[in-house]
Amino acid sequence: MMATLDTSAIVELRNVTRRFGSVVALQDMSFAAYAGQVHCLLGDNGAGKSTLIKTLSGVHQPTEGEMLVDGHKVLFGSPREALDKGIATVFQDLSMIPLMSITRNFFLGREPTRGVFPFRRLDAKKADAIVAEELAKIGINLRDPQQAVGTLSGGERQCVAIARAVYHGARVLILDEPTSALGVHQASIVLRYVAQARARGLAVIFITHNIHHAYPVGDVFTLLNRGRSLGTFRKDQVSENEVLEMMAGRRDLQHLRAELDMVAGRRGAEGATQ
Amino acid sequence: MAIETKGAREEPAALAPNGHSSSLLTRILRRPELGALAGTVLVFLVFGITAGDSGLFSLMGITNFLQVSAQLGILAAAVALLMIGGEFDLSVGSMIGFASVTIGLGVTEFGLPIWLTVVIAFGFAIVIGAANGLLVVRTGLPSFIVTLGGLFILRGLTLAVTRTITGRTQIPYITEGHENSFIVQIFGGKFATGLFQWFGDMGWIALRPDGTPVVQGLSMSIAWWILVTALAAWILAKTKFGNWIFAVGGDARSARNVGVPVDAVKILLFIGTACAATLFATIQVLEAGSADTLRGFLKEFQAIIAAVIGGCLLTGGYGSAVGAMFGALIFGTVEMGIFYTGIDTDWFQVFLGGMLLIAVLVNNLVRRKATEAR
Repeated sequence: MMATLDTSAIVELRNVTRRFGSVVALQDMSFAAYAGQVHCLLGDNGAGKSTLIKTLSGVHQPTEGEMLVDGHKVLFGSPREALDKGIATVFQDLSMIPLMSITRNFFLGREPTRGVFPFRRLDAKKADAIVAEELAKIGINLRDPQQAVGTLSGGERQCVAIARAVYHGARVLILDEPTSALGVHQASIVLRYVAQARARGLAVIFITHNIHHAYPVGDVFTLLNRGRSLGTFRKDQVSENEVLEMMAGRRDLQHLRAELDMVAGRRGAEGATQ
Repeated sequence: MAIETKGAREEPAALAPNGHSSSLLTRILRRPELGALAGTVLVFLVFGITAGDSGLFSLMGITNFLQVSAQLGILAAAVALLMIGGEFDLSVGSMIGFASVTIGLGVTEFGLPIWLTVVIAFGFAIVIGAANGLLVVRTGLPSFIVTLGGLFILRGLTLAVTRTITGRTQIPYITEGHENSFIVQIFGGKFATGLFQWFGDMGWIALRPDGTPVVQGLSMSIAWWILVTALAAWILAKTKFGNWIFAVGGDARSARNVGVPVDAVKILLFIGTACAATLFATIQVLEAGSADTLRGFLKEFQAIIAAVIGGCLLTGGYGSAVGAMFGALIFGTVEMGIFYTGIDTDWFQVFLGGMLLIAVLVNNLVRRKATEAR
């Protein structure tokens, strides 16, 4: 059932286990992300998605097992080290400051400067031009890169955060629930951009619990349940419904159905007696 | 709608060549210092009418209210940066007293040259500012509480040490015999004296019997005020560090996520306010020639008020150094205006409180406008 590809993975986990004290957050997890592929990571709350991305992005280290980047074993001490290898994570809070301008946010922590100390200053013109260009590439036409990020819609904000990661050299893009807080229209903006990032040859790891957002854009699906992988499937191997059933746990869903039928039946019966 | 999302293949034709096409008016309305500027105009209008011939707008009156504004403005610029960085410093008022006494005792009790005592005072400021900053970032406690402790500790220490050493709480005759030295002139002297002499010679301002003009020049505090404000404004608008200040005040966690050294930024800002307080103290001591343990009383709140009137949000992440300059100017003008017009000075405090409330309301509105999705 494992999806296998010929090219080598940019980032790979091999039999990784992560424990916090006696709690096992991830167990014997294997996972790989390839260039030009959207890998969806699906699972309910508490399935271990969060631990998995934090391991990939260098926040946590594996207790057992190993992590490889470009086929070489690595051990990240901090998110910065992962970033230096081109593994960028767009967290749910987006790490954007609403009151600051789009340009200032875009370059926060990596500001382009000109001149020499003590007269070194921001190269605002260059920064504005880059932001306008990068966002135009993804179909967002800014009227003014100086406007506050808070004025953007949720979907646009998400796109700016992703564009920022891509511009600053991401090869692997980890998106933590990028569509969960968005409406249908806003989510479609983000999904379109995810597809674009794939076309540009990035490896995208798309974390979500919403199969309706993941299925249209995903190439490969890994399902997580209680810290374990339920398997990795290529899109041509599973249908949307199958994925949904696996996510919910087939038995749970059958129980739910039976219960709902019972409730409906009882109400029908009550209705008949009255 | 400020942003248009289009199909990926569509050309970005809507973009102006210079990258931004927001109307000039929108960009002006988006400035945080707008409210303070409007307030300044209003204050000048009101006193222009009511204080017409009281002398407030005579040359003497103008230099007076500029000097009052300048001293507060030096503090307000640094306090504005700190507030944009998301923190408060309530210890700046006590820091003024502490620095004054450091200079005073250094000269009168230890016989040190004035320049050296000023260097020592700034040395203490860096240590105390860093201590404030470290306490705040290491404990995660609100800076309001940490520096409230600093307010009492520093004031008490200043009083206790001074009284123990000298038996008094004031230190006179500090600059005696050095009135014309460079160090006293640069902090406590006057500038533009040649210009004012020329005004006098031209007959535009009255001359004393000895031929010198009645107003001989502007207090150096005004020059320092402009310098400090310009520096703060430049840092905010044009430097990487300025970008980090907005970021740590706007959302410290996000700033940290993208690699901004949040703790270092905050500590530096606390050092900034302590140094501004020391500059304030140095100017006062060398201008007046004496030090007083009670110098700077309530200045911490006045500086915060000036910064808030200038557009700083109490929650951080937004504000302006130029706005703080106008805030201080409003403050000084009203304080002197009330004095000149003969209104009971008790009303000054009423005005101040009212002004603060209006400023906070306006700021809230501005912030909502600035971040509202369009």
